[in-house]
Amino acid sequence: MIVGRREAWTGRLFLVALMAVTIIPFVSLFVTALHPSGSYPLGLQWPDDPQWGNFAEAFRVSNMSALLESSALIVAGVVPVALLLGTMAGFAIGHLRIAGRRALFLLFVFGLTLPYEGIVTPLYYQIRDLGLLNTRWAIILPLIGLFMPFAVFWMRAHFINVPDEISEAAEMDGASVWQQFWRIHVPLAMPAISSLAILMFLWSWNQFLLAIVLVDDPAKRTMAGALGAFQGQWGTNIPLLCAGSLLILAPTLLVFLVFQRRFVAALLQGSVKG
Amino acid sequence: MARPILDPAVEAAGSPPATVPNGWTVRRTRRRARQTAGWLFAAPALAAYTIFVLWPMGLTVQYSLYQWNGIGASTWVGLDNYRRVFTDPELFDTILHAFELILYFCVVPVVLGLAIANTIRRIATTRLALVARTVIFIPQVIPLVAAGITWSWLLASDGLVNQVLSAVGLGGVTRAWLGDFGTALPAVGVIGAWVLLGLCTLLLLAGMSKIDPALYEAARIDSAGPLREFFSITVPSVRQEIGVCVTVTVIAALASFDIIYISTQGGPGNSTMVPGLEIYRQAFFNREVGVASALAVVLMVLVLACVLPIQRLTRETS
Repeated sequence: MIVGRREAWTGRLFLVALMAVTIIPFVSLFVTALHPSGSYPLGLQWPDDPQWGNFAEAFRVSNMSALLESSALIVAGVVPVALLLGTMAGFAIGHLRIAGRRALFLLFVFGLTLPYEGIVTPLYYQIRDLGLLNTRWAIILPLIGLFMPFAVFWMRAHFINVPDEISEAAEMDGASVWQQFWRIHVPLAMPAISSLAILMFLWSWNQFLLAIVLVDDPAKRTMAGALGAFQGQWGTNIPLLCAGSLLILAPTLLVFLVFQRRFVAALLQGSVKG
Repeated sequence: MARPILDPAVEAAGSPPATVPNGWTVRRTRRRARQTAGWLFAAPALAAYTIFVLWPMGLTVQYSLYQWNGIGASTWVGLDNYRRVFTDPELFDTILHAFELILYFCVVPVVLGLAIANTIRRIATTRLALVARTVIFIPQVIPLVAAGITWSWLLASDGLVNQVLSAVGLGGVTRAWLGDFGTALPAVGVIGAWVLLGLCTLLLLAGMSKIDPALYEAARIDSAGPLREFFSITVPSVRQEIGVCVTVTVIAALASFDIIYISTQGGPGNSTMVPGLEIYRQAFFNREVGVASALAVVLMVLVLACVLPIQRLTRETS
C-alpha cells in the first residue's frame, strides 16, 4: 500500500505527541524528587544541586523492603490459587461441557461488571468475623473470589477451542479426567494461563480499595495501599512524596518492561474478551 | 449435544454391529463420569466466588434495608435508605458526578483515541509505532494511586500545568485546579482520561489493523474524502472495539475510587464526591452501613444498566 508522505508525517507527529503526554508527568515527578527535601519546587525545573539521596531517604521512611515483601506475599497467595481454580472451572465449562454450564457461565460473567465498592462493606464484616482483619489473608481470600469471573471467562475461551479428540485419545489410554487435565490440557493451555497470570499479578499488586479498608498496617498491604498511606504521612513534603511514588511504581514498571510484549497482548485481549 | 460417533476403538477393530450397544454403554458411563468430574472441577471456583462475591452481594442488599451502625442492633427501615439516596443531595450528587465523569473517562478517550488511531493507522508497523505501543501503555500498568499522586502534583498551584499556562501567556487562568470548586471535577476527569487514552488508542488501532485495505482503495477510486472514509469505513469496522472501550471506561467512571481518594478526597466541599468514595465514607466513618449499602446497590444496578445496552448494541449488529 502506498502511504502518502504527508500522512505518514502527521501520524508520526501524533505518535510523538501522545508519547510526550504520557511521559512528561513522570519526568516532572522525577525532577521534583531531586529537589531538597521539604522545599516547594516549581513543576519542571532542574535543581541546582540534585538530591539523589532523596530516593534512599524515601526507601527508608516508606519501609520499602517490607512493602515489597508484603506485596510479593499477597501476589504469591492470590495468583497460583486463582489460576488453578479458574483453569479448572474453565476446563469444566469449556471442555467437559458439564450440564448447566450456560447458567454457571452466566453467573460468573455477571461478576465481571461488579464494582468492588459494591461489596466492600459486607466483606469487612465477613473478614472481621473470620478474625482476619489486619492480616494479609484479608486481601488474599477476597481477591481470589473476585478474580474468578475473569479467570473463568478467560480460560473457558481457551478450552472451548480445544478439540474433543485430544481427550478421547487419552481416554482410550485409560487416563482419568484428572490425569488428562494435568498431563495434556494444562500444558497446552500454558500461553493462556501465563497471560492470565500477568494480569492477575498486576491487579493484585495495584489493588487499593481492599487494602485500605481491610488492613490498617501499611506494611501488610499491597504496594498501592501502602502508597496511599505514604501520601497521607508525607503529603506535604513534595520532593520526598515524588521520590517515594517513583520507588513504589518502579517494580510494576520494571515487570512491565521485561514482559512488555506479553503484557500488551494480554491486556488488549483481556479487555476485548472482557 | 449427543453426537452419535462410534467408539473409535470398536471401529478400528472392525467389530460387527453386535458389539455396538456395548460400546454405547461404555460411552455413557464415561460421559457420566465426565459430568461428575466436571462439577468437581468447577466447584472450588464456584465456592470462592460464592463466599467472597455472591454472598457479600446478597448481604449488601440485606444491609440496605436496615439502619445499622456496624456494632449495635439493627432496625428494619424498609426502603428508607433508598429514599435518602435519591433525595439527599449529598448522596444523589455523587451519582450525578459519576455520570459527569463518563464525559472525561469515556467520551474523551474514545473520541481522541479514534482520531489518533486513525492518524497512526498507516504507520502502525514502523519501529516508532512499536516503541509508542509500549510507552502509551504505561498508565495502564502503574497503580492508579501513583497516577493520582503524579497528577495532583502536576495540577497543583506550583505544578507543571500552571507553569506551562503562564509560559504561553495564560497566567490569568492558573489556579489550584483540584482545589477549586469549579474545576476540581474536570481536573479529576483529566487524570482518568490520561489513564485510559492509551488503552483506547491501542484497542482501536488493533481493530483498524484488521480492516481490509481493499475497502480503502475502493473508497479512493470512488473519490471519497478522508472524512467520508473515516465515517463510512473505519468507524463501522471497529464498532466492536468501540463497544469494548466504552464498556471498560464507563465502568471505570462509575466505579472510580482510587484517583479521587488520592487527589481530592471528594473535595473541595462535596464537588468531586463519587459513589465509591461516599460508600466508603458512610460505611466506615459515618457508621451508616444501611445508607452505604443502599448506595452500593444503586451503583451496582447503574453499572449493569449502562453496560448491558452497550454490549447489545455493539455485539448484535456486527
